[in-house]
Amino acid sequence: MQNRIDKKFAELKKKGQKAFIAFVTAGDPDLETTVDLVRGFEKAGVDIVELGVPFSDPLADGPIIQAASQRALSNGTTIPKIFAAVRAIRQFSEIPLALMTYYNPVFHYGESNFVKDAKAAGVDGIIVPDLPPEEAKTLIAMSRKSDFATVFFLSPTTTDRRIKKIVNASTGFIYYVSLTGVTGTQQGLPKDIIERIKKVKRATNMPICVGFGVSTAQDVQLISRVADGVIVGSAIINEIQKHKDSAALTPLIVKFVQQLSSNLKE
Amino acid sequence: MSVPDKSGHFGEFGGKYVPETLMSVLEELETTFTKARKDKKFKDEFAYYLKEYAGRPTNLYLAKRLTSQFKNLKIYLKREDLLHTGAHKINNTLGQIILAKRMGKKRIIAETGAGQHGVATATAAALFGLQCEIYMGAEDINRQSLNVFRMKLMGAKVIPVTSGSKTLKDAMNEAIRDWVTNVRNTFYIIGSVAGPHPYPLMVREFQSVIGREARRQFRAKEKRLPSYLVACVGGGSNAMGLFHAFFNDTQVKIIGVEAAGHGLQSGEHSAAICAGQTGVLHGSKSQLLQTSEGQVKIAHSIAAGLDYPGVGPEHSYYKKIGRADYVGVTDKEAIIGLKLLSQTEGIIPALETSHAIGYLSRLDSKAKKNSTVIVCLSGRGDKDVNTMKELI
Repeated sequence: MQNRIDKKFAELKKKGQKAFIAFVTAGDPDLETTVDLVRGFEKAGVDIVELGVPFSDPLADGPIIQAASQRALSNGTTIPKIFAAVRAIRQFSEIPLALMTYYNPVFHYGESNFVKDAKAAGVDGIIVPDLPPEEAKTLIAMSRKSDFATVFFLSPTTTDRRIKKIVNASTGFIYYVSLTGVTGTQQGLPKDIIERIKKVKRATNMPICVGFGVSTAQDVQLISRVADGVIVGSAIINEIQKHKDSAALTPLIVKFVQQLSSNLKE
Repeated sequence: MSVPDKSGHFGEFGGKYVPETLMSVLEELETTFTKARKDKKFKDEFAYYLKEYAGRPTNLYLAKRLTSQFKNLKIYLKREDLLHTGAHKINNTLGQIILAKRMGKKRIIAETGAGQHGVATATAAALFGLQCEIYMGAEDINRQSLNVFRMKLMGAKVIPVTSGSKTLKDAMNEAIRDWVTNVRNTFYIIGSVAGPHPYPLMVREFQSVIGREARRQFRAKEKRLPSYLVACVGGGSNAMGLFHAFFNDTQVKIIGVEAAGHGLQSGEHSAAICAGQTGVLHGSKSQLLQTSEGQVKIAHSIAAGLDYPGVGPEHSYYKKIGRADYVGVTDKEAIIGLKLLSQTEGIIPALETSHAIGYLSRLDSKAKKNSTVIVCLSGRGDKDVNTMKELI
């Protein structure tokens, strides 16, 4: 079977639509809610879900996702439990799922076993912000064997020479970091963002999805003019943090996501 | 075979595990450093500041009264504590700040645990007129208030870090987040032989003056090489600085002393090599204290400068190839060492350094008669007097 991420981008292309990718930290506030959120996201028009695997030292993340990781870890979220939640999602949904995590938990689990177990649970790919292609040879080799996507990053500081290396290492899509910084910064998108995305688009036919600092429906609309997908993380987590004790947490978050993504689905 | 290789690996350790945004600046730094280390102008400038400003060479002092406490050891102290700012850290910050200047960076950031690296960075920044911000764990700000004051006095801004364990590990997380954000105008001065390539290589190069001097001084005094080298290891920069020049002198036994905190069995320690597993933190692969889930454990040591769950990758490599042994010294043993050196020699060592002194009695019991040892006296204890007052 074709990887669900590739299949999704092919479908969207046919319809002339762009992907809305939602990030949530698995296990925040608990894994049952994570499963419910994914169910709701799919109905709300989310195309791909990034599930954050919490790590103790998330150095590419700002305070919002750091706090979410901490909440998830302190309630006992582990990789095997996340795989179980993915299996539960696969009972009712074929939405593409990618795991976003730091390298140490994957390395410690064992790269070969991680890819095997994630794939078997129904995960479609992996995104590791502290693992550049240069250090990812094993993970890439293991992933290719099982049609598991390896998403790498391009950033505003990536040199032309590196772009090719990153394009070659990536499958599924390429994650373009909109700004120099960590997730969830409020500094606003850089003025030349459209030009930069266009430049990257010229270097590859692979889908380019843009994340970091994308927090409003306006941002989503702006970026989707040129990119193939838009990734929203901290803005969603921020809402979860606000409503985490509410009985209506899931519907509130789903509604928020629907508002963000509605521009893409018209 | 010399390490690291071109990609920054020490065998399986080292490398560059950083967000993509930092990859280009690491390449730029590597190019600048590679050029500078061969450039006479850079070497002269670095040597000038080490000599005229920091106070090199430091003495290799025969500690006679300390020696008299032991059966088999003749002990020399490499007096890095006599350097300006009171520790070996200044060697590295002077080297890196000259590089920062070459790269045209106007803003300096650093992480600090005990505050020694923070002070050395603030010092170098003041000397070269650069803006300086230091990340320091809130816990460490409490236990090292004197160093915080010193940094501020020299014009640096000290940013308290309240996430995680509120110590060195979290200060480094925050410094890296700042660096990712301000990468275009900011130079990150890492304080140990840790972090992504080329930092472990670069910091070793700037600190290796310790071992080159010590080797020359020892041979002049003793007409031979020492039996042992002993140094404390947190990230491991003073240790690597001493060890590097002796790497090929295989008859010299090398011992790195890690902080065993409340004891290696207690789980409350900072002994990444003695009790950790291979992992990746802060940009490189090395030994790391971690849980069965690959989450980083919170370290413990009485010495803020050793209170770190990782260790520089080259130390993991030395251990792997058998070039050095690593041992653990507890908080209690370190305090015994601190008192011993203070009372026999009138030298109050830093709590970090006290771990190396605290190991000598164990070394003495297994050493052959007439063994010689160089201990890296990495820093002085003035900064720790508040902590000491509570403990002693």
